[in-house]
Amino acid sequence: MAIEPITQVSGRAIHVPGADIDTDRIIPARFMKCVTFDGLGEYAFYDVRFDPETGEKTNHPLNDDRFSQASIMLTGINFGCGSSREHAPQSLGKYGFKAIVAESYAEIFFGNSTTLGIPCVIAKKEELDPLKAAVEADPTLEVTIDIENLTVSGGDITIPVTIPDSARHALLSGKYDPIAELLENKEKIEATAASLSYVS
Amino acid sequence: MGKTLYQKVWDAHSVGTLSDGRTQLFIGTHLIHEVTSPQAFGMLRDLELEVKYPKRTFATIDHIVPTENQDQPADPLAAEMIDAIRMNCDDFGVTYFDLKSGKQGIVHVVGPEQGITQPGSTIACGDSHTATHGAFGAIAFGIGTTQVRDVLATQTMAMEKLKARRIEVNGTLRPGVYAKDVTLHIIRLLGAKGGIGYAYEYAGSTFDNFTMEERMTVCNMAIEGGARCGYVNPDDTTFEFLKGRPYAPSEEEWDAAVEGWKSFASDPDAEFDDIVKINAEDIEPTVTWGISPDHGIAIGENIPDSADTDDAEEKAVIDEALAYMKIPAGTPIKGIPIDVAFMGSCTNGRLSDFREAAKFLKGRKVASSVKAIAVPGSQITAIQCEKEGIDKIFEEAGFEWRAAGCSMCLAMNPDKLIGDQICASSSNRNFKGRQGSPIGRTVLMSPVMVAAAAVEGKIADARETFDVTDTCAVA
Ligand code: SF4
Repeated sequence: MAIEPITQVSGRAIHVPGADIDTDRIIPARFMKCVTFDGLGEYAFYDVRFDPETGEKTNHPLNDDRFSQASIMLTGINFGCGSSREHAPQSLGKYGFKAIVAESYAEIFFGNSTTLGIPCVIAKKEELDPLKAAVEADPTLEVTIDIENLTVSGGDITIPVTIPDSARHALLSGKYDPIAELLENKEKIEATAASLSYVS
Repeated sequence: MGKTLYQKVWDAHSVGTLSDGRTQLFIGTHLIHEVTSPQAFGMLRDLELEVKYPKRTFATIDHIVPTENQDQPADPLAAEMIDAIRMNCDDFGVTYFDLKSGKQGIVHVVGPEQGITQPGSTIACGDSHTATHGAFGAIAFGIGTTQVRDVLATQTMAMEKLKARRIEVNGTLRPGVYAKDVTLHIIRLLGAKGGIGYAYEYAGSTFDNFTMEERMTVCNMAIEGGARCGYVNPDDTTFEFLKGRPYAPSEEEWDAAVEGWKSFASDPDAEFDDIVKINAEDIEPTVTWGISPDHGIAIGENIPDSADTDDAEEKAVIDEALAYMKIPAGTPIKGIPIDVAFMGSCTNGRLSDFREAAKFLKGRKVASSVKAIAVPGSQITAIQCEKEGIDKIFEEAGFEWRAAGCSMCLAMNPDKLIGDQICASSSNRNFKGRQGSPIGRTVLMSPVMVAAAAVEGKIADARETFDVTDTCAVA
């Protein structure tokens, strides 16, 4: 189950403003009635992209044609809070996002995204703001997230970012989906199971 | 230096260290439901893997089940999901509490009810409110679907260790103040992000005196405070609750099991990364005014006004929340009219919640402007309520008495808000659109406060609506 390491992600970016953007906002629960993740892309941010009363497109940045090719999301603090639904990063991935830069993430969302190979890097607000402004001024700006050197750059802006060591290592070594390694330790798993009275 | 329960359970379940530095953690008990498991079984099939310990996974359906007539989901997608979990459990040999079992219900109600939830265990479920099970002294957390796959295939998952924060609440809650108010108060105090990176240990005399159901209500919302899991150290209350339940240890094994469970409790000299102390007497009936669970205020307070703060970020948060809630800044929260009252969910859909609300609803009537529904958390809860005549009290008051499920806690079944209806809700999340209408509005509160709001037709102080002087017996 070899997977490709992710050392850097490049592409156009989009700024989706807001704090505490929760997973209900990213993918409203009614779109989770599905037995596969395949069709989720089109419902990402649905209730803020379309006016709930008229069904018309809102002025949400994802509706702005200038950003239609964006694959990197720049956003705020505590992104992905709320439910543990993997449908959220799945829908962002299927929508076309390859990476996220935010001030912070909810833990479960972060873990889910990493496992899917969607790096979520953390930037300080005051450093991220100029990059957001640059992207808004020039939607064609090529933004690069360098996981190896922990930077995000676009035009003449380069800012430092962080990501927990374990996630960085997992991405760089192509082990962000841990299943192969988990399976390898069969004997140790069985030994642990045998040591737990409620399991054996 | 002593160890915390978190540390002890972690150590006992550590299989080893993975190459990325994370721990491979053994998950003793795995709970699944219809929304986040079908994709995981799909991945398992793609990889040609088996379920490693089928006896350690338990399934039920809750999120999409209609509560008017459980057997007839009008929605073909819902029917497809119900078929999928039944088939997956059959194919892989997993225990499934289906609609006919008499044991179906919200996964976080069913686990404790069946005695599956046990002290000193690790529990995972593809649902963020798995923290509920921490009430028993288990380390229990929500996981994503890919991790559901990992647990199915290996009974383990990769996880990073958390820090531990002890939240001590001491003293006696005043009449009319409940476990729900404790949890809303903690979240208000520490913020919705305050718990990121932490496991919460809830302790102190208030928790010592709590029933298991009250402990569950608080642990349930650990996640709303940002903590991945929350727990209470196991004690005689815990053991008493578990004794005789279907999946609890048998009589012969009982004493040894209790000894084992006790050994997991945090040592008196355990070290914490952080300690927070709260006086129970300071806690008021608490309700939310905004769109995040930390937007909480005491019932006697006014809705915040962004003019009162100089912090630009805080201003923006208040303005966004109030624009969505369409309620006036700076005015009392008490008196805001409601359209819907919802009693249920994995936070407050248990027997004691219905008993307590019924005590006050008896002989009272829901305001004519309010649609009120009561939804037991499980079939067992429903049957017990019906035995005690609680369903009749609710119905006579004007509530609809429904069948078990998540119902109006979220929007995956027919129970939804319409338009910008405002709902007094005993559930756990007040996010935009959470209750099914993209512009629907949620006000979180305790079950007795929901009952008071239903009766008054507006957000009310239950202590004024009802004679709450005798609530101490329960709280
Ligand atoms: S009752 Fe609500 S919070 Fe609990 S499991 Fe169901 S949907 Fe989730």
